Amino acid sequence: MGIRGFGVTKPQAFEQAALALTAVITDPQQVDPQMERHFTCDAPDDELLLVDWLNALIYEMACGHVIFGRFDVTITDHHLSAIAHGEPVDRSKHEPAVEIKGATYTELAVRQIEGNGWVAQCVVDV
Amino acid sequence: MDLNLLSRVSAYEWHIPQKGTMRVPGIIYADESLVRDMDLKVYEQVVNVATLPGIVQASFAMPDAHWGYGFPIGGVAAFDPQQNGVVSAGGVGFDISCGVRALYTGLRTDDITPVKEKLADLLFAQVPAGVGSTGRLHLKSKEMDNMLAGGAQWAVQQGYGTVKDLSRIEEHGCMAGAKPGCVSDHAKKRQQDEMGTLGSGNHYLEIQEVVETYHDPLSEKLGIHTGDILVSIHCGSRGLGHQIGTEYLKKMVEAASRYGITLPDRELACAPIDSPLGQEYLGAMRAAMNCALANREIVTHLVRQAFSEIFPQTSLPLLYDVSHNTCKMEEHQIGGRSRRLFVHRKGATRAFGPGHASIPADLQAFGQPVLIGGTMGTASYLLVGTKEGMALAYGSACHGAGRSMSRHQATRQWKGQRVIQELAAHGIFIRSPSARGVAEEAPGAYKDVSAVVDAAEQAHLARKAAKMRPLICIKG
Repeated sequence: MGIRGFGVTKPQAFEQAALALTAVITDPQQVDPQMERHFTCDAPDDELLLVDWLNALIYEMACGHVIFGRFDVTITDHHLSAIAHGEPVDRSKHEPAVEIKGATYTELAVRQIEGNGWVAQCVVDV
Repeated sequence: MDLNLLSRVSAYEWHIPQKGTMRVPGIIYADESLVRDMDLKVYEQVVNVATLPGIVQASFAMPDAHWGYGFPIGGVAAFDPQQNGVVSAGGVGFDISCGVRALYTGLRTDDITPVKEKLADLLFAQVPAGVGSTGRLHLKSKEMDNMLAGGAQWAVQQGYGTVKDLSRIEEHGCMAGAKPGCVSDHAKKRQQDEMGTLGSGNHYLEIQEVVETYHDPLSEKLGIHTGDILVSIHCGSRGLGHQIGTEYLKKMVEAASRYGITLPDRELACAPIDSPLGQEYLGAMRAAMNCALANREIVTHLVRQAFSEIFPQTSLPLLYDVSHNTCKMEEHQIGGRSRRLFVHRKGATRAFGPGHASIPADLQAFGQPVLIGGTMGTASYLLVGTKEGMALAYGSACHGAGRSMSRHQATRQWKGQRVIQELAAHGIFIRSPSARGVAEEAPGAYKDVSAVVDAAEQAHLARKAAKMRPLICIKG
């Protein structure tokens, strides 16, 4: 399944891509920001950084049995630091449709678009 | 896919001529209708695989091929280590050794009908399914390593399943060469609560009724007749396999230039088979294969427990267990001589022909059983490997129906509760923790599995032995 985040800035596009990741699983509006998790990622380029960021979230969701609905991302060069806000997965409340196995390099792109915005996208395996 | 891109060899075999950086041609086994419906991306991915170092003979696509990640799903390719051949994490994928097994119940449709509702509820309660579900088994470090080294053999030693099951599992239930030390702590942590779980997406546990046999000697040998009830389990290596795929893809992408490999698509990330990274990946991937075999063995144990509450006399012997998403070292006859190759099957099933030493002794005369999973509303098949198939695509066949529309499109077209009601009206009981998950897996979102299987048979990859339809489906 493809996910795509748009933002005025690159970090915002990364935040929106993460939100799209949640939308693959459940309605993000159903996720309450009860707790937060901190993430840092480093990669040689923006595209690999996006994959690392999404895979870090996927890992935390799988091991911590949590789901995230809001994200605060900052990127300096190719270093990302982020806070993800969410709550433990509640199967009756969130009705999670599918677990995500991993973010792939397929259709992977991080680029500026017309109007000076940014898009961050890839296909995730479910 | 535009047929003009292909050279038609027969009604079921289409070639992509070798050109540019391709080292071998591409070969697609499918009928015209299936080929036309394939995405152009399948063509591109078959071509990309054909450019990888050490590929032998051709880059193959099975009748259910669809757009995957790097390799097409339904892709088969073999690499020779003596010709700088590679092993590709992308060529195996995230769901390492995902597979299907079938159990024989000895029951008939009439036995199931009066207790169908109760059995569905029991199975749903007994077998953890869906996102966030956890198993009752929680493995610590040492036991995790024992499981990764021992596969289904380890599971049987722990009291899950029977010794008799092992003879009906590929590799006798334990993939040799697994190296738990090549599996990261992250991957092990991701797996520690997931043993004995189905997962989500297209994974399932089904109670199936045999609706047709094809007078095939294999179905006769297995004692399968119309009206018999089988259990089908489709799941894989869970979080451990996903994490290994993720981590080694990254390592191989970063190392590609060091090995002088030009990747037409980063998802084709690979390393020379004989390189340190190639060997590490093989060790980790084989450990994930063992994880999948152990997982299906534990789920089988849970199914047997559920059945025993209603049918205490049943033992549910294992008919066969096949894996998809693998890379295996195999001997194949190429140009009159035997060569040791690393065969990648991504969303494809091993389908060895009669006489192959890897087939259980009592089934060797017939060919390898091949289990094809369908949708929760259509059909599944038991096929059998053919002698011809060994020369066509290293003894490989399709693995399922293959999606015809995205999950997003499916949720726009169907509502989960409606799908459940409509299937119930046809006598198919669905149990799932997620209505949206059911909508995404609606039968209409998949290709016609019967057309796929017919094409595999007409292409001589495998032949039909039995057709089953679902009566109960537990969806993750």
